[in-house]
This record gives sequence, structure tokens and C-alpha cells, in this order.
Amino acid sequence: MSAVEPSARRVKRLLGQSAWTAGAWLAGLMFFFPVLWMALTAFKQESDAYTTTPHLVFSPTLDQFRAVFSSGIGPYLANSALATALSTLLVLAIGVPAAYALSIRSVRRWRDALFFFISTKMLPVVAAIVPIYLAVRDIGALDDIGTLIVLYTAMNLPIAVWMLRSFFLEVPGEVLEAARVDGATQRQEITQVLLPMVAPGIAATALICVIFSWNEFFLALNLTSVRAATMPVFLIGFMTSEGLYWARLAAAASLACLPVLLAGWIAQKQLVRGLSMGAVK
Amino acid sequence: MATLAPSSPVPLTPGRPSSRLSAGEAWRRRLPLSPALLLMIIVTQIPFVFTVLFSFQSWNLVRPHSRHWVGLSNYSDVFTDSAFRDALFTEIEMTLLAVAVSMALGVGLAVLLDREFPGRAMVRTLLIAPFLIMPTVAGLLWRTTMLDPVYGIVNFLLRLAGIAPVDFVSRFPMASIVTVLVWQWTPFMALIVLAGLQSQSGDVLEAAQIDGAGPWTTFRAITVPHLRPYIELGVLLGAIYLINTFDVIFMMTQGGPGTATTNLPYYLYQRAFLGFDVGQASALGVVTVAGTVVVASIALRMLFTVFGTTEGRA
Amino acid sequence: MRFPRTRRLRKSRRLPENRRRRAAAALAAVLAGLSPAAGCAGAGAIGGGSGAGTTITVAIVANPQMQDVQKLTPYFEHRHPGVHVRYVTLPENVARQKITESVATGGKEFDVVMISNYETPMWARNGWLVDLQPYADRTPGYDPGDFIRPIRQSLSYRGELYSVPFYGESSYLMYRKDLLAARHLTMPAAPTWEQVAALARKLNDPAHRVAGICLRGVPGWGENLAPLDTVINTFGGRWYDLGWNARLTSPEVTKAVGFYTGLLRTAGEPGAATAGYTECGTDMAQGNAALWYDATVAAGSLEDPGSSKVVGRIGYASAPVERTASSGWLYSWSLAIPGTSRHRDAAWQFMAWATSKQYIRFVGGRLGWSHVPPGSRVSTYRIPQYARAAAFAEPTLRAIGAADPEHPTVEPVPYTGVQFLDIPEFQDLGTRVSQQITAVIAGRKSVRAALAQSQQYAQTVGRTYRHR
Repeated sequence: MSAVEPSARRVKRLLGQSAWTAGAWLAGLMFFFPVLWMALTAFKQESDAYTTTPHLVFSPTLDQFRAVFSSGIGPYLANSALATALSTLLVLAIGVPAAYALSIRSVRRWRDALFFFISTKMLPVVAAIVPIYLAVRDIGALDDIGTLIVLYTAMNLPIAVWMLRSFFLEVPGEVLEAARVDGATQRQEITQVLLPMVAPGIAATALICVIFSWNEFFLALNLTSVRAATMPVFLIGFMTSEGLYWARLAAAASLACLPVLLAGWIAQKQLVRGLSMGAVK
Repeated sequence: MATLAPSSPVPLTPGRPSSRLSAGEAWRRRLPLSPALLLMIIVTQIPFVFTVLFSFQSWNLVRPHSRHWVGLSNYSDVFTDSAFRDALFTEIEMTLLAVAVSMALGVGLAVLLDREFPGRAMVRTLLIAPFLIMPTVAGLLWRTTMLDPVYGIVNFLLRLAGIAPVDFVSRFPMASIVTVLVWQWTPFMALIVLAGLQSQSGDVLEAAQIDGAGPWTTFRAITVPHLRPYIELGVLLGAIYLINTFDVIFMMTQGGPGTATTNLPYYLYQRAFLGFDVGQASALGVVTVAGTVVVASIALRMLFTVFGTTEGRA
Repeated sequence: MRFPRTRRLRKSRRLPENRRRRAAAALAAVLAGLSPAAGCAGAGAIGGGSGAGTTITVAIVANPQMQDVQKLTPYFEHRHPGVHVRYVTLPENVARQKITESVATGGKEFDVVMISNYETPMWARNGWLVDLQPYADRTPGYDPGDFIRPIRQSLSYRGELYSVPFYGESSYLMYRKDLLAARHLTMPAAPTWEQVAALARKLNDPAHRVAGICLRGVPGWGENLAPLDTVINTFGGRWYDLGWNARLTSPEVTKAVGFYTGLLRTAGEPGAATAGYTECGTDMAQGNAALWYDATVAAGSLEDPGSSKVVGRIGYASAPVERTASSGWLYSWSLAIPGTSRHRDAAWQFMAWATSKQYIRFVGGRLGWSHVPPGSRVSTYRIPQYARAAAFAEPTLRAIGAADPEHPTVEPVPYTGVQFLDIPEFQDLGTRVSQQITAVIAGRKSVRAALAQSQQYAQTVGRTYRHR
């Protein structure tokens, strides 16, 4: 390699670099466009939203959000928030000890336990929905947010255990060893050494759980109807509106997506790891 | 949501004290694990036992006193049902198409993102968005603002190009659904492949360059073999999630027109919650699980071997 | 913010009916109250709630007539200050699923549900609905005797009304008078299917984008199966014989299905396999079809200058027949109170308002006569403004009056219903059979293969009714 590139080669390289940049941006924007379009449409009047030639210039309005809120989106949002928050807390409360028992001080047959957790994730929930539905009905817990909280906890637990475990395993053994040598009790070892070190991992796990519970539809559709219905269920009401309420639909959809978009963007570094259950770091 | 058949006896069963650990210590270690195991068993294993039981009954939920044992007749109904076969083929077609296309696009995007360029972090951020969109919203959004025959953006672009508008969702329901699935899953595939690309050791690539290998040769000879496990993992994880596709179908086509986009989960949903037929739905569930076991056990082996689950510490 | 209010009321305001709740329901409620949900689900924090009064939850199907009711509900609430109405509006198939599920499993979320003459007698028999006859009889001016007789009967069980009709329909043949006249053809007032088929083939004119006849092809027990069932019936076919043996491969059914699908393929609309009520309506209104056999309610939009290019050019003939005297179907959207409702009196007040004579006049005067929910009351057809505004009023009333769900076909059957069977399995069975029919229309299956599969579905259901 010469220190000074011949100018022709440099031009070529620069051209290549700009083409690359343009290509990557174009690809990114193409994938992002439907989301952007939804967000834009949410700030339109229906007359601007429902046009054969898309209106790019319009005077933004909050009318659609107002309309969505007055049409009673509130309880649905509240239910979603509740189901998501509580199930995520439960997942952490149950999952962190389990991951600990599968990594730091592992039980004898940790491999089988791990295998069991992940296998529950691989088989379709539809196969168990009938008995779940009947059991929930028989204890009078249909249309009850508590039902969703419990089921979402179970839905996310395997992923969380795998993911948390991979974070626990990253903690250098020497650190824990040192703590033990210093005479730390097991409790101190966990609360003062281990948990602070894996805190970012726990946060990432929580965000993944938030994404999945917030977006969940199948269980919410079949186990709730009025009182415990969540955001995805609220959106069913827009299926019949035959395009007449696109702006309002977009406003409701934007509200439905916003929390998870934010959570996902914050957690993007850990997203792959979570989704691959800790396999890809 | 049921366990796989092969070799998964749960360690919770009281066993002999381990040779290395005292009985007390073994129990102390199991304690933190037990709530998680218990919850998973109650929510996923016990219902499946009931699914199996119900599959031998004739029971219509909206018909009081209709419950009775019928032996295997639900299974014979499932296997002689042409609609079930259609749903199975739809399932396979939809999953394969969505996984293959999103992986192909994902590899392309990952390669684009692997190089430094201005705004790379931003592009990456934009790219993840489709994956984070609520699937119900994705279905609604594409059916209306994107693919609507009159007011959709895609048809607007077609008109610009002088092509007559198309009612995509009715004319090409499968392609429409797959498009949405691909839109949602390509970012996921891209991220996994990108992680693979970035885990390549720079030394090896440099060495190849010094040995006079061109970029294409390097890519083919070094990068592709290195990426293989990542691609396999992406395909398997994508398949696991995509096999359960329901939300997008519900919002976009309701399994139609006709049964054109009725996959197995949707078909089972119809049997259970439109037909209220507990027996048939359960038999269908058992059959579906049996089928999924094959795919899932391969997936599990991958998870354990390809990436090597690090040994637990004592 | 209506949701917490409902919840609070359920806990605090106990109406007398409450005591009649079965022990199981009470236990269920207690369990629900103990579950973690009750504490938090309350979302109590978000809700403002207006203290006084009763909130009733009304589950309805999203259709234009019900949207009118929603629009006019403030007038009702103004006149009944103690009652607040909260609507749960869903697309038809989802609404049906949710309502069925809720009522069948003793869910307590709805005080008024929108059902049809398919569900009403079955659910009344199961004891899931409140007997409305006493309410109707003691409400001054409500006049349940004014409901059109077949509609009233189809919503009754053992002579008592269990749901009250909001809207009713039958089926008839709509035809373009001008197109027939141009070819010197005439339509008999009571045509046979053979005559209709001959006319359709003559009128079929693909070059000018006019289909001979429009018939529903899209699957669904409420879509293609509705008209097809009337054809099967009048050809002498039946779903089951008296011993609950499925009869879908009988020569009569085979002939009827062959006739229907054949007619669609030779003289039907293009893309018939994906055409339903809406698509056929558009075809007819845009002048792209010469004949259309469908619901009586369709005429409303065909005679509306805002949506139709063929206003005043449509004639109405009774549902075509073959071996029976009449063949039209009978359908009614109606309102009922689930037995679990704790606000029966408030619920009734609302229903009585929405299905009253006054409501019909109110809608007509305020929103226009085309908005009037048709087919429920005889008195509607005596309103001069309505008769003047609706050319199809008389044929509609006649069609509904002629429908005979008790004797749908030539031979006796163990079920009632024209375009459906009053068994709970029919929704599912009908939908699956209708998918087979669509496969025939689309040319993907033979009539014989489709019926063989349908027969198997029907046998499975029939088996559960034998030996009992």
C-alpha cells in the first residue's frame, strides 16, 4: 500500500463509499417507510389521509389522537400497561433466581432444565389454548387481567431464563471467588457483587419481555372481551371501518406501537441476544 | 406450549443426592429454580395433558350435555379433512417463503450495515422498527395504507409507473401476508447475520487479503462458512416464531379469501373459537404438536451444539 | 373511561336479579374478585366514573343501522337519566364469537347482546336468555304483536319472545326491468329457478360487462350458503333426514349445488369465488349485473341515488322455487338479555326504545327514511312516507311473510331454519361446507368431491345427535 493513493483510485473509492452509504440509507428508509407513514397519517385529517395521491404536505393536527382517546382507548392502554408491567416484574422475580440456579450455583441437571424451558417456547400456544381457556373459564377468570399477567409471565419466562443465564455466565468466576474469599455471605455475594454486575443484562431482559407482552394478541383475543381487553384487541374495531378512518386508525396504531418502539430502540444492542435466547452475543 | 417428548425428565424430581453435592446443598440449589419450573409445568404441561384427554371426546362448548368419549374418531376426522391438509400446506408454504425471503434480504442488509458509513447507527435503528411494530398493527397498516387498491401507497406507485391498480390482499393473499411477515422479520435476520459478520476476526480477513484474495473470494471462502451457523440459527428461530403466525392473518385476511391463507394456528383457532368444538380442536392441537416436535428438536440441538452452551459452574 | 365504572357498579349496586344468580356464578365472581387482577385491573385510577345510575354494556355488530342507534343513544339517555349505555362494537364474525362465548359460558360482561334468529331459540332452550315476553307485554305501547309474524315466531321459544327484532330480512330476486325489456323478456312474479337460469343466460353479456346473474360465492355460512341453502331446499334437498343421517350427497343436493355453481360459472359475475353480498351489491348498483338473488335489505342501497346508478330500474320477484311453494330465507338481527345480566330492567328500557315504533319514526324523521331498520314491524310498512320512499317495501314485507323456517324443504327434517340449521354446530359446519362450495365455484374441485367432504363433516355432527 502506498502512502498516497493515486487520485483515480481515491475517486473510485469515494464513489464506492457514497454509493454504499446511499444504498444502505435507501434500504433502511424503505423498511422504515410504513412506520413513518403511519406516524404521519396519525397527524392528518381524514380528508388528507384518504387520498389517491398521497398528501405529503398537510397541516398537522392532534384531532385523531383526541378522537381515539374519546373513543375509549384509555382502559385498553391501561390494561396493556398493567399486563406488561406486572408480567415483566414477575418474570424477573421468578427468572433471576432460576437463571442463578442454572449458572452460578447450578443444580445437578441444569441441562435438562434449560432444555425443558426452551422446549415450552417452541411448541404452538394454540395446542394448549383449549384447556387453558376452559380452566380459566371454570375458575371465573375469563376477561380478567390477572389471567393475562400469569400467562404472559409463563410465555416470557423461558426466554428470560436463557437470556439472564447468559449474562450470569459472563460474570468472571474470579470476582465471585474473591468475594467468597473476603468472607462475603451468599446473600452479600448476590446482592452486592452479582446483581450490580448483571443489572444491564436484567434491564435488557425486561425490555424483551415488555416487547413480547405488549404485542401479544392471541391470548388476549381469546381470553378477554371487555374489561381486560388490551391494545391489540382494541385495534380489531378498526377492521370493519373500510378505510374511512385511516387517520384515526394510524393514531391508535401509533399509540399502540410507541412503547415497544422505544423499548426496542433502547434495548437494540441486546435485542439479538434476547431473541436468540442468549445464543448470539 | 408443551414440552418435547425426548429425554427431558425435569431435575426437580427428588433424586439421589449427587455424588458431589450434599443432599441439603442440592435442595438449596433447587429452591430458586422451583417457582419457575412449577409455573411452566402448570401453564404449559398440564394443559397439554388435557388437550390429549379432550382429543378423545366429542364436546361442543355451546351445546350443553354434549360431552362424551368417542375414542379416535376426532383423529380420523382430522386426517380425512381436506381443509386440514390445505391448512398444513398453507402453513408450510407461508413459513418457508417468509423465512427464506427474509433471510435472503437479511443477509443483504447485514452486509450493507457491516461497513462503516455516515449514519450507520441511525440506519440500523430505523431498520429495527418493523420488527418492533405490533403484528396486529402491521397487518392493519399494510392492508390499508400500503396495499389498498385505491388509496394505498403501493398502488399509487404502480399508477405512477402506468400499471393498473391491483387489489393485492384479495388477489394475492398469500403474497400479501408473506410481504408483511418478511417486512417484520428481515430486520431480525439482518441483526443476527450482522452479529455473525462482526464476530469475524479481523486477522483472518487481513491474512486473506495479504494472500491476495479479492473481496468476493474472501466473502465466499471465509465469511460464508463463518456465517453459516448464524444463518441456520436465524432460520430456525424465525421458523419457530413464524410457524405460529396468527395476528397478521387475523387482521389482514381472516384466513381468506376462502381458505387461501388459513394456516394451522388459524385453522385451529377457527375450530376452537368459531366452532367451539373442543374435541376436534384438541385432536388438531395434538397433531400439530407432534409435527412441530420434529422441527423443534432440530432447533434445540442447534441451540445446544452450534453455539455451545457454556458449562454451568459448580 | 367507561370501564371502571362498570366494574364499580357491579360491586356496589345490587339489583334484585342478583339474588337469583346461581351458586357457581357467585363463586366465580368471588374468585375473580380475589385474583390479583381485581385489585389492579380496576384501572380504578384512570376512571373517572359518574356515580349515579346504571351502566349497561351492549354488544353489537358493526353495521350502519346499529351505528344509527349509537348516534341516537344520547336521546335515549336524556329520556332515561338513570341509564348509561356503553357499546362494544365488533365486526360481525368477531362479535358473534365473543357474544356466543360470553353467553354460553355464563360470562357477565354484557347486559344486552345482538343475536339473530339462529341463536335465539337454541339459547332460550338452554336457559341462557331472559324471557322477554313479560317485559314486552307490560310495556305500554310496545305492541309485540306488531312484529312481523315469521320474525316473531323465529325469535320465540315455547311461544315466548326471547329476543326482540331490530331488523329483519328475507330473500328475493332483483332484476333490471330495462335490460329485460330491451330483449323482450319478462320476469314471472313467482319464477322457478329454471326460468331464472334461462333468463340469466340470455342476459349474460360479458362484452358489455353485464353478468347474467349475481350470486354469492365467497365462503361463510352467512355468505354463499344462505342463497345456496334456499336452492337446495327448493330442489328437495336436505342436510339431514329425521334420523340425523347427513344427506348432502343425495341426488337432490347434488343437483342443486351443480345448478348453483353451474349457473355462476356460465352466467355469473366474474370473480364469483370472492364475491359476497357487498361485491354483488356493487356490481348490481353499477349496472354490471342483470339479476341478483339476495337479501331483501339490498334494495335499500340499489334505490339510493347516492350509491346506485340503477335507481328505479329494479323489479322485485319472489325467491325462485323448484319443488316448494316458497323458498326465501328468514333472518333477523335482534336484541336479547343474557341470563347473567344484573341490569335487566335498564337493559329492557334500552331495548324497548331501540325496537319501538317510535324509534322507527324517529330515525325516519331525523336521519331519513332510508335509515329505517326494515323488516321488524308491520307498522313500519304502514308509514306513508316510508312506503313512498321505498319501492321495495311491499315485496319485502311479502317475502318475509312467506318464509317458513318450520318446513324449509319438501321432506320433513329434524331441524328448523331455512338458510341455517338451529344446531350450535352449524356455524362451524356451515362455514366448512361453504368453503367446499367456493372451491367448486373457483373450479378447484368437482361438485361430487366437495359434497363428499361436506357429507363427512355433516356426518360427524349428525352422529352426536343420533342415539339420544
